[in-house]
Amino acid sequence: MIAVRVLTKKIGQQEILRGIDLEVSTGETLAIIGRSGGGKSVLLKHLVGLMQPDTGEIWIQGQNIIGMSERQLGEIRKKVGILFQGGALFDSMTVEDNIAFPLREAGENDPKVLRSKVAEMLEVMEMEGQEDKMPESLSGGMKKRVGLARSIIRRPSCVLYDEPTSGLDPVVADSINRLIRRLQRRFGMTSVVVTHDMKNAFDVADRIAYLHEGRIYFQGTSSDLQQSSDPLIQDFLLGRSEHGSAVS
Amino acid sequence: MVRFFNALGAPLLSFFQYLGELVLLAADTFRSIFTHKLRWKLFLNQIVEVGLLSQLVVVITGGFTGAVFSAQTFFQFNKLGMGSAVGAVVSVALCRELAPVLTALMVAGRVGAAMSAEIGTMKVTEQIDALRALAVYPVDYLVVPRALAMMVSMPLLVAECIAVGIAAGYLVAIFMLDINGTYYMANMVRWTRSRDIIMGLSKAFCFGILIVFISCHKGLTTREGAVGVGRATTEAVVNASLAVLICNFFLTMLFNIIYPAGYQ
Repeated sequence: MIAVRVLTKKIGQQEILRGIDLEVSTGETLAIIGRSGGGKSVLLKHLVGLMQPDTGEIWIQGQNIIGMSERQLGEIRKKVGILFQGGALFDSMTVEDNIAFPLREAGENDPKVLRSKVAEMLEVMEMEGQEDKMPESLSGGMKKRVGLARSIIRRPSCVLYDEPTSGLDPVVADSINRLIRRLQRRFGMTSVVVTHDMKNAFDVADRIAYLHEGRIYFQGTSSDLQQSSDPLIQDFLLGRSEHGSAVS
Repeated sequence: MVRFFNALGAPLLSFFQYLGELVLLAADTFRSIFTHKLRWKLFLNQIVEVGLLSQLVVVITGGFTGAVFSAQTFFQFNKLGMGSAVGAVVSVALCRELAPVLTALMVAGRVGAAMSAEIGTMKVTEQIDALRALAVYPVDYLVVPRALAMMVSMPLLVAECIAVGIAAGYLVAIFMLDINGTYYMANMVRWTRSRDIIMGLSKAFCFGILIVFISCHKGLTTREGAVGVGRATTEAVVNASLAVLICNFFLTMLFNIIYPAGYQ
């Protein structure tokens, strides 16, 4: 489904990605973990063509998206949804208009169809009856759920999650984790979850990749990760800052 | 010497890069207008924003400019016994220069600022990335409706400004300066040609294009959060106003080639 080959990216003088190699199979959920500011979100944005790398290749369903124009990328983006860290809702639109936006853009203008599809998505998100609210009156967790509803309403074959549980209390974070699992079961979507919340990673991922200093330092299952004796991984799992500075 | 050219080179290079980006945005927008579907609802919303909501500003600008220009012209012309020529001067000046330039400056301040602030806020809050991720090309969705609305609205706003300015000038001339209304009207109609109106409306169209692309470009390239939005908005208004004033001179010279002075 997704293959990344030797991806590098420099922003200013800082090398963010230093040769990433990664594969995600169809239907699989991969969690990319790593320290804050380590390039996880940058990598995710590359996967949907929102950023262009300096070198490397990104293959989505057999197509190399590097070098594609914005209009060509449009076809790829219909297959890959993304949940932004803050939801990135359109602040001048209601919840209903936000969720219906991709359908309207695809040419669906029947109000009954739009309303029923939005209601269905809100039910999946456990947010029934919130259609008329504006984004500014939603909590952080609700914004993420509306953002997720908007990104999956066209049933993409893959969803990318950028820090889906950051800034949320443990109960709401758990509800987001359950939601991601439910979407995997219900729609069979391939998922890539970028997070530094280990509970989030263990709850939703089939496989976990640890991004460290711009490279994939470790790839394996949750149990492989937990059993690893590598000091860097142990420090990350236990939240210790002995091997390296806490602030990058 | 090398240091001097280095110091001169960097700003010059960034200026040409800025011009290039503006041209590319304009080319992208015109290509999109002719090859992609128009979002009519967004276009009509922008007509309201650019055209309808600018009415008060344009009416006040046109009215008081016409009034004061009429009075000042009379004060000078009356010494030469040419009081009745005020109507012609006010009308031609409004059509050719005052209405297009002043309307453009007001629209740059009101609409250009709003455009760059709105698009800039969308940029820094990842809403433009969200558009792109939802397979919507930002130029199609954000720039095309604004550009078309501006191209339609600006000539109409300038026409309104000319009409209100002439009416205000007439009222001041007749009721406050005691100029003979018949001579005033006769001279105005005699000396105001269709080419004066064409010149004014053409300038309005060009200024509209300048304002919309400068403002949208500033919005689309906004960085660094709230401070960046504020900076982009200020730069959009300043750059658009300067572009209008500079472009006005070249358009005037161009129109003088098309309609040479003294041509009847």
